[in-house]
Amino acid sequence: MSDNGKGLSEVLSKHEADLQADWIKEQTAGSARRTGAIKEVELRDQCKEFLGLVIEALQGGGDLDVRGPRWNPVRDLLANLSRSRGLQGFTPSETASFVFSLKKPLFARIRRDLSKDGEAMAEATLAATVLLDGLGLYTTEVHQKAREEIIARQQQEMLELSTPVVTLWEGILALPMIGTLDSARTQVVMESLLQKIVDTASSIAIIDITGVPTVDTLTAQHLLKTVTAARLMGAECIISGIRPQIAQTIVHLGVDLGDVTTKASLADALAVALERTGRAVRRVRAGS
Amino acid sequence: MVVSKDEIMEIRASDHVVLVRQAVRKWSTELGFGLVDQTKIITAASELARNTLDYGGGGTVRLEAVESGGRRGLRLIFEDQGPGIVDLEKALTDGYTTGKGMGMGLSGSKRLVNEFDIVSRVGEGTRVTITRWK
Ligand SMILES: Nc1ncnc2c1ncn2[C@@H]1O[C@H](COP(=O)(O)OP(=O)(O)OP(=O)(O)O)[C@@H](O)[C@H]1O
Ligand SMILES: [Mg+2]
Repeated sequence: MSDNGKGLSEVLSKHEADLQADWIKEQTAGSARRTGAIKEVELRDQCKEFLGLVIEALQGGGDLDVRGPRWNPVRDLLANLSRSRGLQGFTPSETASFVFSLKKPLFARIRRDLSKDGEAMAEATLAATVLLDGLGLYTTEVHQKAREEIIARQQQEMLELSTPVVTLWEGILALPMIGTLDSARTQVVMESLLQKIVDTASSIAIIDITGVPTVDTLTAQHLLKTVTAARLMGAECIISGIRPQIAQTIVHLGVDLGDVTTKASLADALAVALERTGRAVRRVRAGS
Repeated sequence: MVVSKDEIMEIRASDHVVLVRQAVRKWSTELGFGLVDQTKIITAASELARNTLDYGGGGTVRLEAVESGGRRGLRLIFEDQGPGIVDLEKALTDGYTTGKGMGMGLSGSKRLVNEFDIVSRVGEGTRVTITRWK
């Protein structure tokens, strides 16, 4: 199978310019509707570069293993293309159609050039199929991977976004926790709280768990660790937002929050914090 | 006892523990559980799902909406093919852990439900069945 790509290579080289034109037409018509989003010029450059690189890769032997080193430049081009199309919201099949839409014009040339030699035609067609299928699948893979990277990054961003430490008053911090206290998030939360305690020289930190749906032994353990670490930094913690059903459940579960002050609401916790720091809130006139 | 609905969920990663909690929340809401009963069975499910994952090496939970003598309830069956528990009595003692936990999961979830049954064979696995009636 060593000269598998030879016939194909010849057809490609001979008709490079025509193929490019037909291929672009193929992509801007019907099937690949989304190409409207890509500038014609850009598409022409991509097609031209792709054909050039494929011809180069096929030269000096018909190595059709698109995973091999010979195909590195072609794969790099496709990887860039997949990524940028992925970011523009193309589906994997829309992205892969860049490669697959070359089949029709290419098969037409192969048929025309090699019709007199059945065997050569079959071989070149097979080579073209193997090659384009391999490269098409590769774009899908990259596309998929790029999407996964985006999702992973968004998750990471959410981890950070969802744990804001706010200063309620001079020396009083609040950490409104929302969602599941799994290990990865708790780590982030704990670090940002401790950092803020140091930065602001705060003496009280209120951890509000109104937005935490379930408090089980693992959650409790995470909370207690945070409280202990905060203490080592010189701050006392108050846990607020323990809803009645959670309070009951914790008691039955047998979890002991130790000597940590707990309050039903963030407002109650703030009142305690103000008092402990020698302040009081006073009504200055009758309100509604 | 009649099982009117059932479903099996995988417990192979910590994300699955979250999914189990969400499913138990949905099922207990559908069964008309009050907020406290809901919270109790969700918390017990969270404990047992994590034990299945951490100590049982992963497994499954079977959710069953059950009915008996005019009462409706939710039954959860956690199963794994892990190492099993050598000393069940110890494992069910408050504060006993072979890991880094508080050792409150098993004994605590027992207190959170109406029926609790555990079968464990060393080298074969563990099955914990809990039921909470409405
Ligand atoms: N499915 C299981 N397979 C094997 N061993 C188990 C299983 N479930 C629990 N155990 C054993 O029983 C012990 C007690 O479990 P329990 O859930 O009470 O505490 P923990 O998981 O160690 O800590 P916590 O649940 O409080 O975070 C565990 O440390 C473990 O050795
Ligand atoms: Mg446990």
